[in-house]
Amino acid sequence: MSTYSEEHQHFLKKLKRRKRSVVLTQILIIVLFLVIWQLLASFKLINTFTFSSPWDVIKTTIHLFETNQLWNHIGITVYETLLSFLIAGIIGLVFATLLWWFPFLADVFDPYLTVLNSLPKVALGPLIIIWVGASMHSIIFMALMISAIITIINIYNGFVSIDKDYIKLLKSFHASKKQIFFELILPGNRGNIINALKINISMSLIGVIMGELLVSKEGLGYLIMYGSQVFNINLVITSVVILGIVSYLMYYVINWIEKKSS
Amino acid sequence: MKPILSIQHLKKNYHDKNDEITAIEDITFEVNDKEFVAIVGPSGCGKSTLLSILTGLDKESSGTIQFEKENLKIGYMLQKDSLFPWRTILENCYLGLEINHNLNDETKERVLNLLKTYGLGDFINKYPNSLSGGMRQRVALIRTLATDPDILLLDEAFSALDYQTRLALSDDVYRIIKKEGKTAIMVTHDLGEAISMADRIIVLSKRPSKVKKEYIIEMKDKKNPIHNRKCPEFSIYYDEIWRDLDVHL
Ligand SMILES: Nc1ncnc2c1ncn2[C@@H]1O[C@H](COP(=O)(O)OP(=O)(O)O)[C@@H](O)[C@H]1O
Ligand SMILES: [Mg+2]
Repeated sequence: MSTYSEEHQHFLKKLKRRKRSVVLTQILIIVLFLVIWQLLASFKLINTFTFSSPWDVIKTTIHLFETNQLWNHIGITVYETLLSFLIAGIIGLVFATLLWWFPFLADVFDPYLTVLNSLPKVALGPLIIIWVGASMHSIIFMALMISAIITIINIYNGFVSIDKDYIKLLKSFHASKKQIFFELILPGNRGNIINALKINISMSLIGVIMGELLVSKEGLGYLIMYGSQVFNINLVITSVVILGIVSYLMYYVINWIEKKSS
Repeated sequence: MKPILSIQHLKKNYHDKNDEITAIEDITFEVNDKEFVAIVGPSGCGKSTLLSILTGLDKESSGTIQFEKENLKIGYMLQKDSLFPWRTILENCYLGLEINHNLNDETKERVLNLLKTYGLGDFINKYPNSLSGGMRQRVALIRTLATDPDILLLDEAFSALDYQTRLALSDDVYRIIKKEGKTAIMVTHDLGEAISMADRIIVLSKRPSKVKKEYIIEMKDKKNPIHNRKCPEFSIYYDEIWRDLDVHL
């Protein structure tokens, strides 16, 4: 540290100070938001029956915890999301590999993938319930419809965008298709695959919540739906807040794994 | 002496949905063992096509290509170094050997020696992005030499580099090729590069290309490329071949 020049130390200090003020401002915004919200509620400037309040959210959370519901609902949603993420990741990798390996298949399936990708999958919700039944299966199925297609497309696009000169080089060594795949396509797509998995986990969560809203007797999506049906807005807002925290943590974990593995 | 490579009446057509174009009309020439042959010609005349046919990446439409012996090994060097960023310099140089299932203690030793001999010994565990363009291209040459090819094909191998680096590197590469006793066919649009490096130059016509002329480059005091550029014969060849190329703006 002490080997840095004074100018560089000054630069580092400035960098640190800036980072600190960004974090401070971020905290300030959230605190201000909560305080104003609470004040508006306490002075009855907003109706807590429809807008709830930070204090009510905390009380509802504690109640969920004390009645042993909190971890159960979070656990179910996280479990379904991870399951969908895992299956979609495997499907994405396997199908992208097949499409790369057999360009004929890629040409054949191109329009189908495009249609499936652009179709709003919620539209399939009622059908899925009828076909698969109102169970966790249909939730996973729903999530897969949303996350697997985009994962296939993202990984495949990365596979085919590898520079042709690399392939030429390997072919000049008489590399087989298998060698080209394992020596070039796969290692050359590390960053791309990680990005596809990041999108996959967000999509899986969206799919799971959508599925829970439609069927389910458990999970955060169910809590939101249930809360709105019995007009318990505290429960709805509390669930949304918890969902926000859960999705942020999932994103954070993926980022952490990415950093660890590079 | 039997030539190491003999090309007879080579022709190449390319097809697409709307069109058929003849890239190479009729090319015939021979290359002798340890000879350095340069091929020059206007851009788009089929020089790269010729090399990819020789490598087996593309198929000729007609004509014959005969190598002195079967299973003759060919090394291919392109304009882009195409080093794999996730492999170290040493691992990049192992690539061809790995693909051919030929990586063993003996070949590893040879690669290491090549890297050390040609000034890359300190970089073997570094990654390509920490090397300059000229050094990267030198690594690319050693990656090609690692499989011990009988003929080296160079396609505009120096074109992506700035002028100074290009001069220095072509000098290096020339020395390496001569020292390792390799046969080389180099495609370039840079006349100076061709004249200063080659034993013989083949001039191609515009597309569809034919062999327009052949020059044996002789200089009274012929040494390495940078030196050769200062020989009086250099500019004479330059003027003459320039006229053959018939460049119009
Ligand atoms: N794969 C291909 N398909 C169709 N046409 C091609 C292909 N490769 C090259 N050509 C055409 O063949 C001609 C010769 O190309 P190339 O060998 O790259 O020329 P050069 O290397 O001399 O500049 C060009 O007109 C080019 O457009
Ligand atoms: Mg070319």
